[in-house]
Amino acid sequence: MAGNVMTTRETVPRADALAKATGRERYSADFTPPDCLWAGVRRAGTPHALLTGLDVAAARATDGVAAVLTRADVPGTNRQGIVHKDQPVLCGQRVRHRGDAIALVVAETREALAEGLSRIEATFSPLPGVFDPASALLPDAPAVHPGRQDGNLLAYGLVEKGDAPAALAGCDVVVEGEFSTPMQEHVFLELPNGVARLTPAGVLDMVVSTQAPFRDRFEIAHALGLDPWRIRVRAPYLGGGFGGKDGATVQCLLALAAVNAGGRWVKMVWSREETFVAGYKRHAASMKVRLGAAADGRLCALTCAMHFDAGPYAHLSGEIMALGLEHAGGPYRIPHTRLEGWCAYTNNPVGGAFRGFGVVQASFAVERLMDALAIRLGRDPAGLRRQNALRPGEVNAAGVTAGPGTDVAACLDAVLAHPAWTGREAWKRSAPPFTRRGVGVTAIQNAMGYGRGLPDAAAAKLELTKQGTFRIYNAVPDMGQGNASAFVAMAARALSQPAAAFELVQPDTRVCLPAGSSSASRTTYTFGNALLRACRAMREKLCARAALALLCDDPARLVLSAGVVTDPVSGKAVPLAMLGRMLPRDDRLCVDQFVMPVVENPPDTGRQFKLGFPHRFYSHGACLCAVEVDELTGRVHLAQCVTSVACGRVLSLQGVEQQVHGAAAQGAGLALFEDPALAGGRMAAGDLSTYLIPTAVDLPDFACLALDDDEPTGPMGLRGMGEIGIHGPGPAVAQALYDAAGMWAVRLPVTPQDVLEALGGMPS
Amino acid sequence: MSRPVELHFTLNGAPVCIETRPGRRVLDLLREDFGLAAAKEGCGAGECGACTVLVDGEPKLSCLMLAAQLEGRTVATAEGLGTADAPHPVQAAFAAHGAVQCGYCTPGMTLVAAELLSRNPDPDRETVRQAVSGNLCRCTGYVKIVDAVLAAAKAGQGEKP
Repeated sequence: MAGNVMTTRETVPRADALAKATGRERYSADFTPPDCLWAGVRRAGTPHALLTGLDVAAARATDGVAAVLTRADVPGTNRQGIVHKDQPVLCGQRVRHRGDAIALVVAETREALAEGLSRIEATFSPLPGVFDPASALLPDAPAVHPGRQDGNLLAYGLVEKGDAPAALAGCDVVVEGEFSTPMQEHVFLELPNGVARLTPAGVLDMVVSTQAPFRDRFEIAHALGLDPWRIRVRAPYLGGGFGGKDGATVQCLLALAAVNAGGRWVKMVWSREETFVAGYKRHAASMKVRLGAAADGRLCALTCAMHFDAGPYAHLSGEIMALGLEHAGGPYRIPHTRLEGWCAYTNNPVGGAFRGFGVVQASFAVERLMDALAIRLGRDPAGLRRQNALRPGEVNAAGVTAGPGTDVAACLDAVLAHPAWTGREAWKRSAPPFTRRGVGVTAIQNAMGYGRGLPDAAAAKLELTKQGTFRIYNAVPDMGQGNASAFVAMAARALSQPAAAFELVQPDTRVCLPAGSSSASRTTYTFGNALLRACRAMREKLCARAALALLCDDPARLVLSAGVVTDPVSGKAVPLAMLGRMLPRDDRLCVDQFVMPVVENPPDTGRQFKLGFPHRFYSHGACLCAVEVDELTGRVHLAQCVTSVACGRVLSLQGVEQQVHGAAAQGAGLALFEDPALAGGRMAAGDLSTYLIPTAVDLPDFACLALDDDEPTGPMGLRGMGEIGIHGPGPAVAQALYDAAGMWAVRLPVTPQDVLEALGGMPS
Repeated sequence: MSRPVELHFTLNGAPVCIETRPGRRVLDLLREDFGLAAAKEGCGAGECGACTVLVDGEPKLSCLMLAAQLEGRTVATAEGLGTADAPHPVQAAFAAHGAVQCGYCTPGMTLVAAELLSRNPDPDRETVRQAVSGNLCRCTGYVKIVDAVLAAAKAGQGEKP
């Protein structure tokens, strides 16, 4: 059970921090081999059309252009995708969104590349497009993939428990609503990029900003007809990812360029504008929800119908919807649920993974209905949530029994004890003229791991160097979340060594072992467990080998400490540097693995989901947002945001705060700032001057309350928490706006225009 | 395409001379010709601040500057601010206070912060927020960045960060 709020401040900074702060760290984007070629892509720029003509002769004749490649030059299936392979590397005939690639140019310089790209002549025959999932599922909707058996229906899912329709009919009170959340851009600062070359030995050698180097090999190999074992992918520290680099961005295009570059290095960097057009997005979604309760506030039944906009290619849309449905009941006790989802192909930008993976959308809907219920019952919204908070051993909305770390009530209590809550009435009363203030509180949750059906596994390799220090072969990319540093801290503790005794190798498919993707709040948990096992093996090995030198027949009594193994009986010691010299390389390595446990008795529901349903482990939390509404401009200022989280033991409070602050900032962006202005398949906000992410003057001093919790299966007791913090601000801001101004938000982001309309200052 | 010219300027404290086309972006010149990769490209349009360098002591966006504009100037990148062994107080504070996550915005942030502290050694939180508001960060929510700059300010006044 979660307990007190953690306050201990550790003093060890992240292992990667100083190299990054002094500009020494080398990201993928910092690899620019001398005399490399530059590759770039011509995008369709039209949402749905037949490509009727593609004249690349002038581009090929451009000075400095080395190659111009089209669909005809793509070997293999020309289809990329993580689970479902439906996204062309280069389009042949049909264009399904504005970002589709139709030709690839390789050139000696950036200037020649730009010139070559500009000389490609493409002609299109426009087709009627489909731009929202509900329309896409109508019988006469234009087909995004003509001839496909299920038409535009990419995935359907049903998660059911009890008999929700019947139970709703018997409820004392029923509230309902329809809510929507927008497409969201990741805005990782490091643009999608990589370098690649074909080595003389015929290996495709790549350095890419990627969250999934091991899986990338198979995606590239499948699309281009290559041997995956002849592809090497290295993934240095990423300049942000957030899900947007989980799945191929530059990979297949860059590989295609490299195999046509005569062994030279090729570099590809998408521009920011290109990333807006062609990169993956958080799925826009709409949710129709009904929630029933007894007169005393006990939740009774919930139905939810979700529509996800997949864009034209599957990516992980079905899996994302599955996770959304699994979370659609919130962290509450609801006996009867019927949670249904449809995921549809459209001609909008491609939906994909983004921190919060379907849960952001679902959370907004259920939390809004909790507010509606509180209003109907005349209850305090926080108290209503606390009354219904899921407890350990109870069954969640998807039919899974909640684990021992589930203490939603403690998470709510933590924010309710914060001065932002206890002092709220005085704060609201002291609002300046033309300003209204309000406070909202919601409960949050996020599952960890891939879920049932797809082993969430990692193998970890640990080496004693010849010098007697240690090398960790990190195999899950660190996109900024700090897992690499956490691995150093864990290994240092497990082997009783100073952190400085560890060197990190960043993910490299040639020397590291497969450990899955950097995603799903799984990274530190799964690889960390594998690494701790490797550390145990290393400790045992070092003692056993030292025992030989110490003439000790009881290795178990030997003590490993900084740089040395000591026999407390004889007082003699063997330095690790000596063991490093003594042992052959094979004996200096320890390898072990870990597979995340899954739900043992899964509920008989969600049968459509082959992968990723349901999940065993959840982190929980609560979020308070305090807002100030400017009555004259409609501008909403997020004045305070307090997030509590129960995520197992806190290995690094600073690390937990980093994730919670950053996630809350992205949630605040979704709530109040980031409006893609999507229409007709085009995001009108297509660069950083129009798509506004929060700056330092837009956000409050986020507070993070990490509860003292424990996860018995976790490495050093921790559970994943990289995503959960994003779920709070959307619904908490919406509740706070109702508290401040009686405004009932049904969609995000809440714009000043929405606010003015709600205040009656503008015609609706 | 313009012909190469010879440019003379001071880079991270040392005089340099380079023959290059005058219309190249300063960002590319620093990263590719001088191997100074601390300045990053996040947008290429002057919106994100990741490419910030100091030119004659003032923060400038190197993606919007052309090589010829450096003639006779003094340029500093994050590499020139400090090293891992001898970090600038701002860099040390960023590391110690958890202001670094993915780190892509960090070199630009630290230069802006160092410049702020050079003219205002005792800023308040709001002043720090204003100063770094031209530099986007998608990882941190900015709290620890502001904490770090204030800690560096205190360190500069003789208090330990």
